[in-house]
Amino acid sequence: MTDLTDLGVAAIRDGVRDGSFSARDVADAFVGAVAAAKPLNAFLVETPDHARAAADAADAARAAGETPKPLAGVPIGMKDLFCTKGVETTAASGILKGFVPQYESTVSGKLWAAGAGMLGKLNLDQFAMGSSNETSAFGNVVSPWRRPGDTAPMAPGGSSGGSSSAIAARLCPAATGTDTGGSIRQPAAFTGITGIKPTYGRCSRYGVVAFASSLDQAGPMARDTRDCAIMLEAMAGFDPKDATSLDLPVPAWEAGLNADLRGKRVGIPKEYRVDGMPAEIEALWQQGIDWLRDAGAEIVEVSLPHTRYALPAYYIIAPAEASSNLARYDGVRYGQRVLPDGAGLQDMYAATRAAGFGDEVKRRILIGTYVLSAGFYDAYYTQAQKVRTLIAQDFEAAWEQCDVLLTPTAPSAAFALGEKSADPIAMYLNDVFTVPSSLAGLPAMSVPGGVDKDGLPLGLQIIGKPLDEQGVLNAGLAIEQRAGFVARADKWW
Amino acid sequence: MSVEPHTVKRVAGLARIAITDAEADRLAPELGNILGWIEQLGEVDTSGVAPMTAVIPNHLRLRPDAVTDGNVRDRVLANAPQAEHGFFTVPKVIE
Amino acid sequence: MTEFTYRIRGATGDWEVVIGLEVHAQITSNAKLFSGAATAFGAEPNTQVSLVDAAMPGMLPTPNRECIRQAVRTGMAIDAVINKWSRFDRKNYFYADLPQGYQISQLYHPLVGEGSVTIVLDEKDPNSPVKTIGVERIHVEQDAGKLMHDQHPTRSYVDLNRSGVALMEIVSRPDMRSPAEAGAYLSKLRSVLRYVGSCDGNMDQGSMRADVNVSVRRPGEELGTRTETKNVNSVRFVMAAIEHEANRQVAVLEDGGRIVQETRLFDPDKGVTRSMRSKEDAHDYRYFPDPDLLPLELDDAFLDECRASLPELPDAKRARYENDLGLSRYNAAVLTAEVETARWFEALLGEGGSDVSAKSAANWLISDLFGALNRLGKSVADSPVSPAQGAELLRLVADGTLSGTLSKQVFEIMLETGQGANAIVEERGLKQTSDTGAIEAVIADVMAKNADKVADYRGGKDKLFGFFVGQTMKAMGGKANPGVVNDLLKKALG
Ligand SMILES: [Mg+2]
Ligand SMILES: [Zn+2]
Repeated sequence: MTDLTDLGVAAIRDGVRDGSFSARDVADAFVGAVAAAKPLNAFLVETPDHARAAADAADAARAAGETPKPLAGVPIGMKDLFCTKGVETTAASGILKGFVPQYESTVSGKLWAAGAGMLGKLNLDQFAMGSSNETSAFGNVVSPWRRPGDTAPMAPGGSSGGSSSAIAARLCPAATGTDTGGSIRQPAAFTGITGIKPTYGRCSRYGVVAFASSLDQAGPMARDTRDCAIMLEAMAGFDPKDATSLDLPVPAWEAGLNADLRGKRVGIPKEYRVDGMPAEIEALWQQGIDWLRDAGAEIVEVSLPHTRYALPAYYIIAPAEASSNLARYDGVRYGQRVLPDGAGLQDMYAATRAAGFGDEVKRRILIGTYVLSAGFYDAYYTQAQKVRTLIAQDFEAAWEQCDVLLTPTAPSAAFALGEKSADPIAMYLNDVFTVPSSLAGLPAMSVPGGVDKDGLPLGLQIIGKPLDEQGVLNAGLAIEQRAGFVARADKWW
Repeated sequence: MSVEPHTVKRVAGLARIAITDAEADRLAPELGNILGWIEQLGEVDTSGVAPMTAVIPNHLRLRPDAVTDGNVRDRVLANAPQAEHGFFTVPKVIE
Repeated sequence: MTEFTYRIRGATGDWEVVIGLEVHAQITSNAKLFSGAATAFGAEPNTQVSLVDAAMPGMLPTPNRECIRQAVRTGMAIDAVINKWSRFDRKNYFYADLPQGYQISQLYHPLVGEGSVTIVLDEKDPNSPVKTIGVERIHVEQDAGKLMHDQHPTRSYVDLNRSGVALMEIVSRPDMRSPAEAGAYLSKLRSVLRYVGSCDGNMDQGSMRADVNVSVRRPGEELGTRTETKNVNSVRFVMAAIEHEANRQVAVLEDGGRIVQETRLFDPDKGVTRSMRSKEDAHDYRYFPDPDLLPLELDDAFLDECRASLPELPDAKRARYENDLGLSRYNAAVLTAEVETARWFEALLGEGGSDVSAKSAANWLISDLFGALNRLGKSVADSPVSPAQGAELLRLVADGTLSGTLSKQVFEIMLETGQGANAIVEERGLKQTSDTGAIEAVIADVMAKNADKVADYRGGKDKLFGFFVGQTMKAMGGKANPGVVNDLLKKALG
């Protein structure tokens, strides 16, 4: 019998449905894999009971002849940015240590309602701020990937680094991620898995610890496109509890999968050919173009002239929103409180926040506070929101010429932990290809395209029109079928 | 762009994050770098451009005026570092 | 108009006072502005709090339609511009009564723009000037929670029941020039809100409170530096705070000092304002549009419904009472000042129908009913006598059954017993008589017993006529129609 942890979402779902194996066996297999993978530090909390209870419910329902739920028997990992009722949720920050939500996020609730079980809460960059998973208060997440002949721990990407590492290491078949400026796509690219950020407003933000409200979007991470489609169908949907949620039906994305791209036009944005892009990335991008042409698509060059301003605009808007969103962590109603002797209320705030937030979180709060402060608001924030309009208009114009865009996901393969953490801007530049579509709220996904000279995964990004997740998934599927990406990390943990 | 340590301390004060002089000295050039990098946005001609409001066309829904929540004091106070007699408590504030 | 000009007479000359008010009015709604928790006053601590109000991680605001509707109706009631496109901003600051670390408010694009409120300085003076006070804007925002400092020696207690309750902030232009004008403006605004039904106006429960901006200057000169006295919670206190603060500023300036722009508190016990230490912190609220909320766009159907649902407002009602009902300006003003009074008065007219004149109803309500309510310490809303009962009484006066004196007697009995006027008149025989035969018999008897006085009267002592009226009425037990008695006496005495 195959190792059940080698199976993806669709295979597990179908196997449980047709009785090839029990959901309980699947849950036990993954629970064991999670327990045996401590060196990856992917899980902050393990919840084997949750996974097993969902599995038992799936088995019982099958035995009773009930119509199976969409994710019956599928155990998943939950990024610890999603509040889970009764299970500690920290956003990987010391300031939320010990916080046990009395409520369930809409997205996690939808997954449980669809029959999925939870293996545990996944580590991440603190408050989702980071691109390497080095800002967690509970230690770095380590990628299962290594450079040949080298044991240096590699970055799984961030902020959804626990999710990417766990999926790549076969600790779970799928996980939730959140993406503010690339936090699903970049870690997916770094670890050779697939992840999609849907259109802003598709997945409810209710119960998701906020980083930057106008950008935050939940999405699935899994091993392939089909699994992402299945997961996204369960996660998406209108939620009256989120004012920015889109009141639209959820398309049948899995059923709509179709890798035949005849009649489709794929845009190649020329501004994404950035200076100093590694030749391997260039080559992969060209390979991706060829694959999509092979799938029947017409390739057109397009221009997104404001691309180079996306990152600086993002590093105004996201920190500004974060500085305000994180004001609620003050030691009064939940989380950690630091009360120095004789301290008044305001001193308590300052001490609590100094002790509870990590360096990167503080850095972004300070930037955000600065750009919103008196006299600077228009020059920074208003200007950034105007540039954001221009970036969105660039995409609008591109859609006149094409249906989806193809770009590399990240400007490099994964780097070793510690390699970039000393230089914030170098770290921020990791998101150069993912941030523009985040600013425009567009659906975008990363699919594995190949490996670099060290055998480390590289990802290709597909960006779609608003609400056209189907077009994105289909292009992703076309690449997936041609890339035949089968590389996986050797187990060392 | 150069950011002075006293500016860092003022901003940290606004953000209610206690920082030492040494931290302010360390953070000043770091924030200066980041803000300097951000400032390239000033190059963009945005005259006549409206700031982004809703990234995906959508309108603000208004909910009916019905009491559907509350009466969950135990859940509200469940995670409080300190609570007494149904209140959160904080160090005494003098107004 | 000059006689109304208010001046502070300083040692170095006259000073003019410039006043603007920012009024926070709680919007009447069942649920909070951005959550489904209740808004009722006086609940147990932290029971009317949702996880949204407590700013739990990942909680999001969803706006309450009724709060927006009431703010729009209020704007329409003061003839203000309604902005069909507005949005919510975050005002960032740290305080224990502010769980999110920011207040959701509206700075850049408020829901309601320019409007105005008219005030009359002296209601009793028919020639009193009318003044228009500009309203700059009305924006919608969340209230904060409450901090209590007296429960524990070293701790303050936080109650979030009010956290997230909807407020309108009504910002006036600096158009007021005296404490009396500010008082009249606040009273009028309160009256309008209560007519509209957008705020209950209960200042003692904090439903309405004013931030008072005061500066002084030499008449005709540039505006001086202002101070803001926060959260003053009665019309009287607003007037007292202005009086004190303006005089304080004049004293400072005449002393060669300068006014510091600052936030102050009014101490109602001492009648003084004082600087607020805890809010000295540099104000830098870092306002920016709330990214959890989209722009608020209102369509014509929504605005049409808001407009159609507005009641007749106090100014229009007062004009109608004067012009159509023929009431005096003063009576019209008194009857329309409070929506409950106007409602009671109109119910009384409705019950009275064509039998009862508006004038007599107005007079009775203002003198008799108000007098009684004052004595009982009640308001018109909890009057022990209903409009139907009032109309029953007035009908008996109108048809001559009761004299003025008798009607007052009957009204007292109504208040004591709760009985209707007809029943009281029947039971106690308080009916006034116009039976000439009976009255003539009594007159004959009075004249027979006082033959000497009859002679004196006939001899020219006219003043004795009152004596005969009194004796006759007394003998009739007060129930004779005084007009008939007069006529018959004149005839009998010759
Ligand atoms: Mg104000
Ligand atoms: Zn206000």
